Amino acid sequence: MGEVVALDKVAKVYAMGEERVEALKGVSFSVQKGEFVAIMGASGSGKSTCMNILGCLDVPSRGVYCLDGVNVGELSANQLAEIRNRKLGFVFQGFNLLARTTARENVELPLVYAGVPAALRRARALAALERVGLSGRENHYSNQLSGGQQQRVAIARALVNEPAIILADEPTGNLDSRTTVEIMTIFQRLNRQGITVIMVTHEPEVAAFTSRHILFRDGELLSDTPNLPKAAATDGEEAP
Amino acid sequence: MSTFLQSLLIAVRALRVNKMRALLTMLGIIIGIAAVIAMVAIGAGASKMISDQISSIGSNLLLVIPGSITSGGMRTGSGSTQTLTYDDAKAIKAECPSVAEAAPTVRGSGQVVYGNQNWSTVLNGVTPEMLTVRDWPVVAGRNLSQSDVDGAAKNCLLGQTVADNLFGASDPIGKIVRIRKIPFTVVGLLARKGQSPQGQDQDDVIYLPLRTAQRKLIGSQFPDTVGAILVQAKSSEVLEKAEEEVTALLNQRHRVGPSREVDYTVRNLSEILAVAEQSSKVMSLLLGAVASISLVVGGIGIMNIMLVSVTERTREIGIRVAIGAKKRDILLQFLTEAVLLTTLGGIIGMIVGIVGAKLVASLVGWPTLVSPQTIVIAFAFSAGVGVFFGFYPARKAASLNPIEALRYE
Repeated sequence: MGEVVALDKVAKVYAMGEERVEALKGVSFSVQKGEFVAIMGASGSGKSTCMNILGCLDVPSRGVYCLDGVNVGELSANQLAEIRNRKLGFVFQGFNLLARTTARENVELPLVYAGVPAALRRARALAALERVGLSGRENHYSNQLSGGQQQRVAIARALVNEPAIILADEPTGNLDSRTTVEIMTIFQRLNRQGITVIMVTHEPEVAAFTSRHILFRDGELLSDTPNLPKAAATDGEEAP
Repeated sequence: MSTFLQSLLIAVRALRVNKMRALLTMLGIIIGIAAVIAMVAIGAGASKMISDQISSIGSNLLLVIPGSITSGGMRTGSGSTQTLTYDDAKAIKAECPSVAEAAPTVRGSGQVVYGNQNWSTVLNGVTPEMLTVRDWPVVAGRNLSQSDVDGAAKNCLLGQTVADNLFGASDPIGKIVRIRKIPFTVVGLLARKGQSPQGQDQDDVIYLPLRTAQRKLIGSQFPDTVGAILVQAKSSEVLEKAEEEVTALLNQRHRVGPSREVDYTVRNLSEILAVAEQSSKVMSLLLGAVASISLVVGGIGIMNIMLVSVTERTREIGIRVAIGAKKRDILLQFLTEAVLLTTLGGIIGMIVGIVGAKLVASLVGWPTLVSPQTIVIAFAFSAGVGVFFGFYPARKAASLNPIEALRYE
């Protein structure tokens, strides 16, 4: 078990006109491989900023962020794009699938940018869809799928390139409670298979499924506590 | 290559989603390219028509005509006197090394009768060389011979218009026609030549042996003179040299000097051709320029729609960037889309333009000429418009902040 994520006094300052807003005020923590972490906090606590930095969509103003042993702050924009492609998988609150595109093509998208040949892309996309329990729906367009199904496609898309971490930003925010349990079950199962998951949420019920809670307040790390994860549904097996 | 193919697939899909909008956007390019193709085709056709007409006179020609003389203190107009002779023509051919042929001619007009038909036409007294110089074959019968000329034979060649009017569909060869009441045997029928650059019907003519015309038909105070000498140079390169040689020879033969003015004029007919071609080139250039303005307007339309498309698809761009698309990928994607739009428009425009040009050709009877270069240039130009006007929107897409793009509603 190695450190997948290591943040050392990471700060982020935004210039809003004349005003300077310090969204993160020197946060340090690390995540080991195979952890299931929930980053929690009220809105404006800095958890989204932290997520953007973790996702290499943003770079720290100060401090060092090492992802899988690489200091991200020293990389060029193209190298960051490559890191996002190969080491990170994103799951968003709003699913963010491409419209008028089939489930399989959505899942294939990261492989397209990774330069994987079409036949292999197809096979890997189908395998990833199977892992989230969507076999047989690969040719449905995103608007023909329910919210829960769309989010599963998004998880398959995050999985398909075998990333080091899956970053989920309020993945259940747009879902009802039953579907929320379904999605969290999938995350738990993937986590048990060895995938590191970092999830931003403001709902304690959702955070209850994870094994570690990091709490942010006003741009600072307030607490970092282990959690005994709540078992979702019948242990591990396919959600209904 | 595979990334390019990928961009192409994405672009095709993006355009198919919004078919109506893609078509309307393309319309600007379609109209622009169609206009350019049609205008250039019409311009080139006009240019070809002019040069064809001019070269129908014959090629590499000098025209020697009598000049003005001073008679009793009065200067007469150019060509108004008779100072050139058949011997001048013979001397030009014999003594000027750059000259291939020299064909003297006298000109008159008269009534010609066959059976119950009659027709008024131009009578030209010529030597056998005339048909060579004017590049004008006989389609039936034979050319006039040197012995026809020397013996002042009563033989003649008919132009197509004359033959049509006197003989209709029947064969004129060997028939006797009366020209100014003198009977002549038709020995040959000239090929159809069409209009001259001045719009005259060149086929409305009868060629007679020079001597016959001088003696029997075209009465003159100076019986041995000719109205003009058409001189053909050996090639276009030696045309100017031939002009100098002819001038030098005629100066010598006509004893031009301090006491005697130049009594002839040499005209270079290819200059007329050059001027006419120049003017038609300017015309096609102008037409093309006007048409390309519409192409630019079409390009601005493309840019406009691409900007809208980038804004509409901000979220998609954010997703793609988060998933690992590089700036270059996004740039290429939108650029490909713009170029696809314009080249597709270009191809449709080309078809419309060519069809339009043909339509004009058949409606107005104006020849059109679509050259392969025009097509290649138009195609390259439409792709170029796509790159030029697609670049700014594509760069805007590529430089979107992914965090904001993902949050965009």
